[in-house]
Amino acid sequence: MTQIIFYIFGAMLLLSATMVVVIKNPIHAALFLVLSFFSSAAVWLLLNAEFLAIALVLVYVGAVMVLFLFVVMMLDINLSTLKDGFARYFPLGIFIALLMVIAMGIIVGSDYFTSDTYTQINTSTTPSNTKLLGYAIYTDYLYQFEIAGVILLVAIIAAISLSMSKLKITKSTHPNEQVSVKKEDRLRVVKMKTEKREE
Amino acid sequence: MITLPEVLLLGTLLFCISVAGIFLNRKNLLILLMCIELMLLSVNINFIAFSYFLGDIHGQVFVFFILTVAAAESAIGLAILVVMFRNQDTINVDELDSMKG
Repeated sequence: MTQIIFYIFGAMLLLSATMVVVIKNPIHAALFLVLSFFSSAAVWLLLNAEFLAIALVLVYVGAVMVLFLFVVMMLDINLSTLKDGFARYFPLGIFIALLMVIAMGIIVGSDYFTSDTYTQINTSTTPSNTKLLGYAIYTDYLYQFEIAGVILLVAIIAAISLSMSKLKITKSTHPNEQVSVKKEDRLRVVKMKTEKREE
Repeated sequence: MITLPEVLLLGTLLFCISVAGIFLNRKNLLILLMCIELMLLSVNINFIAFSYFLGDIHGQVFVFFILTVAAAESAIGLAILVVMFRNQDTINVDELDSMKG
């Protein structure tokens, strides 16, 4: 039963990932990316990673993909020119993908990964997955966790400072420039000949 | 009962699809960013599979950090994309040659 569910969601994941790659419209690609994140969250649930599955749905589908959709809809993209090289690069892309599938499939499908080392499945429900993950994060990986927080802070600052408009829209005065202004900056004395009045 | 090679094969296929996507959509910067997200997802699937089959939680901690970095990456990438579209009026990779590289 578990295996059937795994195959269904795995097939859904691969299909939606293929649609992300081949579809013409970026909005549809972003929506298919949402579907692929959902199905991979289901696969993670089957592998007892409940916290991360929910985090994937909340963080990725809830925040990152909404950001993607927002950007796609905000930009007025000319769709016709963006798919020009698709047919030209199709054979090369498929060839390299197949080569990688074969090369990695040989490694992944070997007997090594079916040995007894990789069957120590922890099926006990206590303590829960979230509790275990919390213990690991807040003890062994505390510094790394803080660095992750700093990375997010840097991302916030970078995104805001990049997308903030450089144009000066508001009219404001600078008092220090006004106080330190000299006479030469504003006043120009022009020497010229006196003109005779016409009688 | 799921076995480890099945999950690893799923991650492999997802990674190869996204590599093919980078080759096919080399014009559209948005789809390239989406393909990078898919690649990170396939790596995460590998980490979670090993975490499950080794009975070890530490793999999931790494997935947590990868999710953090991926979110930061996509936020900055999209901000750069918006600024670039505002300045150059295109996101076609072929036309982004102002540095003559």
